[in-house]
Amino acid sequence: MHVTKLLAGATVALGLATAAVAADKTKVGFIYVGPIGDLGWSYEHNEGRLAVEEAYGDKVETVYQESVPEGADAERALTQMALQGADIIFTTSFGYMDPTINVAEKFPNVVFEHATGYKRADNVSTYSARFYEGRAVIGHIAGKMTKSNKIGYIASFPIPEVIRGINSAYIHARKANPDVEFSVVWVYTWFDPAKEGDAAKALIDQGIDVIMQHTDSTAPQAVAKDAGGVYTFGQASDMAAYAPMPRISSIIDNWAPYYVTRVGAVMDGTWQSVDTWDGIAPGMVKIGEMSDVIPEDVRAEAMAISDSIASGEYHPFTGPLNKQDGGAWLAEGETADDGTLAGMNFYVEGLTGSVPN
Amino acid sequence: MDLSAINPAVLIASLMVAATPILLAALGELVVEKSGVLNLGVEGMMITGAVCGYAVAVSTGSPALGFVGAALGGALMSMVFGILTQYFMSNQVATGLALTLFGLGLSALIGQGYLQLRPPPVGEVNFGPLADIPALGTIFFQHDAMVYLSLALVGAVWAFLKFSRWGLILRAVGESHDAAHALGYKVIHVRLMAIAFGGACAGLGGAYLSLIRVPQWTEGMTAGAGWIALAIVVFASWKPVWILVGAYLFGGITVLQLNLQAAGAMFPLAAIGWILVGLGLIDALVQHFSGKNPSILRIVFDICLVALGIFGTWWVHGTLVPFKIEYLSMSPYLITILVLVIMSSGRGRAALSAPAALGKPFHASS
Repeated sequence: MHVTKLLAGATVALGLATAAVAADKTKVGFIYVGPIGDLGWSYEHNEGRLAVEEAYGDKVETVYQESVPEGADAERALTQMALQGADIIFTTSFGYMDPTINVAEKFPNVVFEHATGYKRADNVSTYSARFYEGRAVIGHIAGKMTKSNKIGYIASFPIPEVIRGINSAYIHARKANPDVEFSVVWVYTWFDPAKEGDAAKALIDQGIDVIMQHTDSTAPQAVAKDAGGVYTFGQASDMAAYAPMPRISSIIDNWAPYYVTRVGAVMDGTWQSVDTWDGIAPGMVKIGEMSDVIPEDVRAEAMAISDSIASGEYHPFTGPLNKQDGGAWLAEGETADDGTLAGMNFYVEGLTGSVPN
Repeated sequence: MDLSAINPAVLIASLMVAATPILLAALGELVVEKSGVLNLGVEGMMITGAVCGYAVAVSTGSPALGFVGAALGGALMSMVFGILTQYFMSNQVATGLALTLFGLGLSALIGQGYLQLRPPPVGEVNFGPLADIPALGTIFFQHDAMVYLSLALVGAVWAFLKFSRWGLILRAVGESHDAAHALGYKVIHVRLMAIAFGGACAGLGGAYLSLIRVPQWTEGMTAGAGWIALAIVVFASWKPVWILVGAYLFGGITVLQLNLQAAGAMFPLAAIGWILVGLGLIDALVQHFSGKNPSILRIVFDICLVALGIFGTWWVHGTLVPFKIEYLSMSPYLITILVLVIMSSGRGRAALSAPAALGKPFHASS
């Protein structure tokens, strides 16, 4: 009994001490969907957190919570973080959208930044990266590299962000190689190495020799390496440990500059609710080093696509494009508007299978 | 069914691999629960085993030593739980949950120096010409040693619990610790040994993930497998052979739905008709052999089911629709719920198969 009381007392004292110290610092919170050691999505967000610490030193204090389930439990984690005195909280997965909005209502003095969502409030900003620009580049490489003309795609959840990536990759793989076919496997998880690995195995059993993933772990890379002769791309993070084979390039999410800017805005009181959607040009999306396995000319073509997207000369969704059912979507030369892209829930013509609902 | 694109032998072989981690963990937990202890920390012990096995295998270059290390790591981890619950009488549910959190954190810490390394490869057991038999060779004779070990362990646990004196003592402790104590058995010692065995098995299951199935170390890589193992113990109603069925069912459906997607397989609607016919016939047979006279309503119902099935099969003959992957992914959980409902509604033996002293604390003075 004594021990319990002592411990309780110590906890309270510790809590007060942290609160006192935190008062003159800007407290920055992060909610991650996976562990920061996933070497993918959450890892890169954590790199952004470290950049914030680096940039502001003693003036900030950062806190984070890993592997927070999307849904109701996120609300608890967010509330806890807000009660601990966080000034700004980054919620780094699509599934935190409603929890973020709900908690933001209860804490009007705390500002929130929700990644990849579309619901905003006076104290809730949204930010995302135009991953589909990166998908266009690696889609082209995939189309050129496949020998079996079969490309596998490990998809997480049927949300616009993921569907956009599939469409963009497919359009550009098809342009590079008119014979390619896509097999999309939905795994309904962001992070489950065993399941992601099993999905990669299932795809390889079907004779697929290029695998793209929209999940967070490096498991598909490990499986592809074991299988041999299968190409993969790093997702969200460079995953350079698997270069030069199977990983032949990657899409890197670079959140650090954004996080530093936004935390700075909170510190000098200029923070406003905005919607940010940046791509290759401002450096939020980067293409990881292309390994020597890719032929010289393909590397040059891929770089050219990346450059033309960055300069604004080329949009990955440029007509003529039809929807999967054959209905017209974009006319010759027409480009997709952000509204349609943000809510994309259909496949483009040529993809087989259907979007689960 | 248009499954031509999927090779059933390869599918069965890969489902055995996918099921092995949960099979090992569930088997260990079965023994723990049979001794009357509820350890909800399977996930924590699995992930500890995954990182310990990985670290040892990478350092020594020997996967076999890795698995030994994983078993030791898991067992050590379970001893934290064992000592807290058995000697300090802490609440088993809370301690088990805490063990999971502790394991996840500790494994992330241990694993810091091991990210992005490659474990030594684990080869298949060499069965010589047996491995070349078409289909059967792929299914049975092309696995790594752990798959066979896990199957052997199912048999060993079954025989131990059913035939050995020690198994009888273990079950006695799990059914009534007071009676076992009165007979002079060391309840706490028996339970500690069961807990250590459960930890070692969970550790092996975790290491199977990090050394063979994925193979790499990633923080939090068990991603809920420990909870599935716990569910399988209940699903199996504490019977070793049913643990095997449950684990292969879970593993099988996961792998099957991924393969169906990868192959772009279509579902023939006519199968629903055949299922209706099957249900009608099975129900009729059950009625027939139960010895009771079935009611007219039941007979009419069965006939309608079969008729509807045949008509439906004819009606949608040859129609293919895309699989609803959502439903397939859900199905193992639905089946578990169904089994739980049936178990708890039937007042038969199934409902009584839970060890009577499960989760109850024991102190020699009480």
